[in-house]
Amino acid sequence: MKRHLLSSADLTRDEAVRILDTADELRSLADRPIKKLPTLRGRTVVNLFFEDSTRTRISFEAAAKRLSADVINFSAKGSSVSKGESLKDTALTLEAMGADAVVIRHAASGAAHRLANSGWVRSSVINAGDGTHEHPTQALLDAFTLRRHLGELDGRSVTIVGDVLHSRVARSNALLLSTLGAEVTLVAPPTLLPVGVSSWPVQTSYDLDASLDKCDAVMMLRVQHERMNAAFFPSAREYSRRYGLDDRRFARLPEHAIVMHPGPMNRGMEISAGVADHARSVIVEQVTNGVAVRMAVLYLLLSGDPDDSFASQQATASAGPDLGATQRQATR
Amino acid sequence: MSSVQRSPSSPTARRVVLDAADITRALTRISHEILERNKGSADLVVLGIPTRGVALARRIASVMGQVEAHDVPSGSLDITMYRDDLRLRPARTLEPTEIPPRGVDGAVVVLVDDVLFSGRTVRAALDALGDVGRPRVVQLAVLVDRGHRQLPIRADFVGKNLPTSLLETVQVSLDEYDGDDAVLISAAKETGS
Amino acid sequence: MTSYLIQGAAPFGGPAGDLLLHEGRLSDPADAPPAVVTIDAAGLVALPGLVDLHTHLREPGREDSETVLTGSQAAAVGGFTAVHAMANTDPVADTAGVVEQVHNLGRLAGYVDVRPVGAVTAGLAGQRLAELGAMADSAARVRVFSDDGTCVSDAVLMRRALEYVKAFDGVIAQHAQEPRLTEGAQMNEGTMSGVLGMRGWPAVAEEAIIARDCLLAGHVGSRLHVCHVSTAGSVELIRWAKSKGWAVTAEVTPHHLMLTDELASTYDPLYKVNPPLRTADDVEALRAGLADGTIDCVATDHAPHPTEDKECEWAAAAMGMLGLETAVSVVQHAMVDTGRLDWAAVADRMSVRPAAIGRLGSHGGTLEPGSPANVVLIDPSSVRTIDPRESVSLSRNTPYAGLELPGRVMATFLRGRPTLLDGKLQ
Repeated sequence: MKRHLLSSADLTRDEAVRILDTADELRSLADRPIKKLPTLRGRTVVNLFFEDSTRTRISFEAAAKRLSADVINFSAKGSSVSKGESLKDTALTLEAMGADAVVIRHAASGAAHRLANSGWVRSSVINAGDGTHEHPTQALLDAFTLRRHLGELDGRSVTIVGDVLHSRVARSNALLLSTLGAEVTLVAPPTLLPVGVSSWPVQTSYDLDASLDKCDAVMMLRVQHERMNAAFFPSAREYSRRYGLDDRRFARLPEHAIVMHPGPMNRGMEISAGVADHARSVIVEQVTNGVAVRMAVLYLLLSGDPDDSFASQQATASAGPDLGATQRQATR
Repeated sequence: MSSVQRSPSSPTARRVVLDAADITRALTRISHEILERNKGSADLVVLGIPTRGVALARRIASVMGQVEAHDVPSGSLDITMYRDDLRLRPARTLEPTEIPPRGVDGAVVVLVDDVLFSGRTVRAALDALGDVGRPRVVQLAVLVDRGHRQLPIRADFVGKNLPTSLLETVQVSLDEYDGDDAVLISAAKETGS
Repeated sequence: MTSYLIQGAAPFGGPAGDLLLHEGRLSDPADAPPAVVTIDAAGLVALPGLVDLHTHLREPGREDSETVLTGSQAAAVGGFTAVHAMANTDPVADTAGVVEQVHNLGRLAGYVDVRPVGAVTAGLAGQRLAELGAMADSAARVRVFSDDGTCVSDAVLMRRALEYVKAFDGVIAQHAQEPRLTEGAQMNEGTMSGVLGMRGWPAVAEEAIIARDCLLAGHVGSRLHVCHVSTAGSVELIRWAKSKGWAVTAEVTPHHLMLTDELASTYDPLYKVNPPLRTADDVEALRAGLADGTIDCVATDHAPHPTEDKECEWAAAAMGMLGLETAVSVVQHAMVDTGRLDWAAVADRMSVRPAAIGRLGSHGGTLEPGSPANVVLIDPSSVRTIDPRESVSLSRNTPYAGLELPGRVMATFLRGRPTLLDGKLQ
């Protein structure tokens, strides 16, 4: 059915589980002497990054190379939103080069949708972060990490803390973790929760302390310093006091609870150094898991008949939760 | 590998070619042949190709263990990512690869599959095995060899040679997956095998 | 000059009758000269030529997206006989020279009466008033002033503008958009913007300015016209201002009567427009407001953009959509076929009232003998699929592409001369 991975909302529970199961098998590759599979030999994966993100690009690059794909890194920084037409021209160039998959990171929300649905390219499109919209492979690797530590996510309680308004990680995680049965709570100052969040399949709270006792995992979001100037909160110190995960709050978490962060961290701001380096912080493991999850996504998107990838039990697949009136098609 | 379509009403010629006792006898014989060929079980590692090859490997290793009075290591080797038809088929679900702790370096690896047909599965298995380590010897055991090879591959140990038409389907049922042991042949072309 | 006898049309959708267009005026059909051209208009509705208060013709400056000629032609195809050309051209229409140029280009084109709108502030910069009096006194006889595209957000400047244009019976047409609340805004702020991760454009940014301007207009006793009202709250505020007896009028665009912000989920910038598409509740309130007369008129906000300004990421795309050629169809779909307006009321909202607001004496007439022969014939039973390639505009950014819409303009007459006949541009 699906050729692209643009949003966590695109994934049914069965599809998401299939990606995670596949990643589980692929992760064992990391322990083998030869960390390469011939699966995508002769296929071309283009990393199209309009925004700097070394860690995401490297993760996709490693994933593609471990599957023996040819990787072309296309860094188009500086030609982003100011010259919108370059997206189309770049896409046409990639198409001419015969890309089988395009991994796109872009500052504009919806850029991956645009690339996938405009008719400019025939390749599979993987959203590696579009503006303040979504970052579905980050959510998949977070779900993967959670599953390794907590088992199945049904009924598990995950608290996501910070700048939800501007966070593509929060959006993708809220959708995916809910699809997988987890109870997600978004904690943020009221200024950093989006209008309409009440229609999301999540709980929301302004009070971090009230959310700690029962949660199985806490995911801290990066806070951009420029938000301060826009009066989203009065000062870094006040933010840190009210919404930072410090040692005192960490001590109140249940024994088994883990701490996550999509990186890069502001130590001392949203997370204390002690918590970041604690044994129950899985932040470094998230990076390792990212490669396995992205391998799984590339394998499933690029194998066989493009009309039939992810094709596990489509008939019985349960639909993911709706973010309000989510991706409804235009009336035409 | 082989799918079992249970439609009792179907009158299409479906014939049992091996029953449970036949299968047990065949596997016991194969186990002895392996021990004989390799002069014992030293350095033996039995790896099944998912799905049904894994159970067969476990049974063979178990028989050999009883004969030799010590455990013979067995495991599984998934070949999905090494197949030569990945671009032509929908994505397949990956199966576990479980290599016994001793590894395969320097070992005598016996690959086990249920049906030997085109030989493409075994070709993929040899590639997969090469990425896991460097065995001293690789041998192949199959429950059924139905012919029609497309690659220069042959089995070292065969439960039953079963001449078939390309229109026929060979189905292997095993207790571990299907609730009973049987090898059936049916005239109708079905999916699988 | 050829005379036309329109037979069997239904004036204002009422009983069928004949209309004689003779020497630029409507005349008694009994006086038809022997050489008259007869038009069989059975089944068609006859209305006074439509008047658009809000059109972007792009000339001077962006002749790649539209010119006065092509925009006039699109207007004729849409049944219009007069359009108000917005001031946000390059150079800005903030002097007598520019407005006279646009006015002259309109006369040369000859398809519709092009009435230039003058900028309120010099260069649309929001710093000091443009020479409003000079534009009013020019050959273009400007009566409508607007910084459309940007808001006259400075309260003092707005007050002065409202006061100043009283001297020549002008009106300030405000683009109501509080600038700070809409910095970087991409789409309506609501459930959809949260889901799509796009910067929200809150309704309050429009409503706060409308509330302030209504109070100012009431205070200084001036005429205020509110451009492209898009929210339910705005409708309420205008209803309240009118109840006070203040001289406040308002317009709604066809697209805000029909389309909602859910279309943004395609991330197709065809649906990016200022003000943004709102929710279904807003659409409902706008239809109700237009039906009860709170909103005086439909204005197209026809905003042509070249392909490259729409064939890109949403955030990089230009705001605006075509409107002239589809306005009648959308209004029929949203208002007539839903039983909210009859054709007489459509004539009121699309001809009579906008002509009155723009002080256009020769438009928005009654179709009685003696009045200027500005007439449009509409076939309400026609259904068509919108094909952007058929547009006579230079641009193709219609949001209705592929949609089936009712109604078709079959003929348009400007002072007795056909600009559109048999659905074909003359």
